[in-house]
Amino acid sequence: MSVNRKVIAKNAYRITKTRNKTALRIRVPGGHLETKYFPLIQSIAEEYGNGTVHFTTRQGFEVPDIDFECIPEINVKIKPLIEALGLEMVVQDGGYPAAGTRNISACIGNRVCPYANDDTTKVAQNLEKAVYPHDFHFKIAVTGCPNDCIKAHMQDFGIICVTEPKYDASRCISCEACVKNCKKKVTGALTMKNYTVERDHDKCIGCGECILKCPTGAWTRSEKKLYRMVIMGRTGKKNPRLAMPFIKWATEEVITQIIKNTYRYVDKYIDRSLPKEHIGYIVDRTGYKVYKEEVLEGVVLNQEAKVAENIQWSGYWYNQEENFK
Amino acid sequence: MGYRLTTTRFDKYLTNLSETFDIYAPVVQKGKGMYSDTEVVGYGKITCFDEIVFDKKSYYSPKEVFYPIRETLFYFLNDELKEAPLDIRPIILFVRPCDINGIMRLDTMFLENGGIKDYYYLRRRQLLKFIMIECTEGFDTCFCVSMGTNKTDQYDGVIRVQDEKILFDTDDEKLLTSALEENPKEVFTPRFIEENKVKVTIPEPDLVTKDVFEHEIWTEYTQRCIACGRCNTSCITCSCFTMQDVKSSDNDHLGERRRVWAGCHVDGFTDMAGGHSFRSKNGEKMRFKTMHKINDYYKRFGTHMCVGCGRCDDVCPEYISFSKCINKLNDIISEGGSND
Repeated sequence: MSVNRKVIAKNAYRITKTRNKTALRIRVPGGHLETKYFPLIQSIAEEYGNGTVHFTTRQGFEVPDIDFECIPEINVKIKPLIEALGLEMVVQDGGYPAAGTRNISACIGNRVCPYANDDTTKVAQNLEKAVYPHDFHFKIAVTGCPNDCIKAHMQDFGIICVTEPKYDASRCISCEACVKNCKKKVTGALTMKNYTVERDHDKCIGCGECILKCPTGAWTRSEKKLYRMVIMGRTGKKNPRLAMPFIKWATEEVITQIIKNTYRYVDKYIDRSLPKEHIGYIVDRTGYKVYKEEVLEGVVLNQEAKVAENIQWSGYWYNQEENFK
Repeated sequence: MGYRLTTTRFDKYLTNLSETFDIYAPVVQKGKGMYSDTEVVGYGKITCFDEIVFDKKSYYSPKEVFYPIRETLFYFLNDELKEAPLDIRPIILFVRPCDINGIMRLDTMFLENGGIKDYYYLRRRQLLKFIMIECTEGFDTCFCVSMGTNKTDQYDGVIRVQDEKILFDTDDEKLLTSALEENPKEVFTPRFIEENKVKVTIPEPDLVTKDVFEHEIWTEYTQRCIACGRCNTSCITCSCFTMQDVKSSDNDHLGERRRVWAGCHVDGFTDMAGGHSFRSKNGEKMRFKTMHKINDYYKRFGTHMCVGCGRCDDVCPEYISFSKCINKLNDIISEGGSND
């Protein structure tokens, strides 16, 4: 049997441990799917696979145990799933056009969760349209609030939906529910002065807890949807680390532009002698300053936005495990 | 007798009334809901008919229109006082019968309790006129019929909305303007809701003994209530307030005195000099509120304080239902009222 591994990999199929068998990865941007697609996924698993699907860590479906020769036939059938991505391109019969940029995952968001500051699925879907298809290996996730249930801090780009709380002192009864909660659960950005709450904007992380705690609606949400974006988190076999804040109080437009510019940056600096190189290691090599300059080029920051002056990533190196010697 | 108006005609009438009055009604406050991408229905100034929300109950009661959440009463400099000016115009309030009855309860608290009329309440209250929103269907959590607050005649005008048609009646000379009188007349007698989905039976006040105060029912609320105070702040009849003296940071002798809503569910409500405090358990706070609303107030004034608007049920983040509490209490009291 002859299979061009590189071609099928771009097509969202993979080499598996079983010879001659592949698996298909189905994208579900934002991790929210209309159930009308379930029968299609079921039929592919039953007709071509082994009647099972795996929920991937990135919130897609993986259909295992498929014969390589069935790929063309499956690609025709999954057309509706690709069309559902709403990309600005005519969907052909060839299946997924790329797989490098991974499914953009999201927590349940404000379709259900009271804490969420935005419709995370919508944000993920919008981003999908902006960055997919692309072969570069980018991991993006959107989380509704700084609780970060989707683990945005483990991504190349972790988008944390925030709100800039607005305070109407004329509605405040000085109950201190917001102040006490912020101190206990968040960053202690709120203090009471003369029975009136003061918010330290530098300390505030925009989680919106004060709004949820307020019994009179003295705290409300900003009209503008804003985001904190943490970058270059990773797992892997060298240097696992949490993503660090790159920009805060940015608009969707700004973060989208930064991510798009990062593709340009990667194209310029990636080490092509390697089969693939994760962005984080490219940034390690070029340095943060270069990265920052490249990705902010042409980006008109909204007036609220603040960009990190410098970033020191933490994490650890597997090859420096002194504790086990 | 009343008048039949189209929405366009009614808008003209409202414009006419706006020359004299600020008009408040339940309105949609977009993006102002607690959760993201949500709205809240609250009282706000209106200029036209379409702004008025008829199909939803307001989250907060109309009391904030004439009993501000936070109000400066006077300014002080050494031993001199200056009353805070009242720079508001007469007010028309679109309200349902339960809320009108609720405002009567506030009147009792502020004007007939203790022999002295509350000056700061009165100066705003006397600017109010009510346009009663005819309410024959109610909402899921309402229990006004049980409380006898489904009806009232304490209104200055009344409105019925039927599809595109508006019926309006008033005999108030300030409301009876040419912009109203130019409309066709139509006989209109307001109706009131006769039955709610929720019914409560208030325990016979004489049967409420000290045993009830110590009953384990309140333990459940200690576990459930988080003392956020939303039941107080949304309530049309909660009238409690606290005082705040705010001094200028530059001059200790210069400042203002404010009065600010307080709620018996909120921590600190019973704090006293010397660090004393009562009702630290949330179930005790629930008991205190319940007893005030359906027992103590009655003993003092002869009507129950609660008007069954059901807002406390609507807003409780812990899904505590006040009507359910009343009924549970009644069951306990009918069975003798002790823990055994």
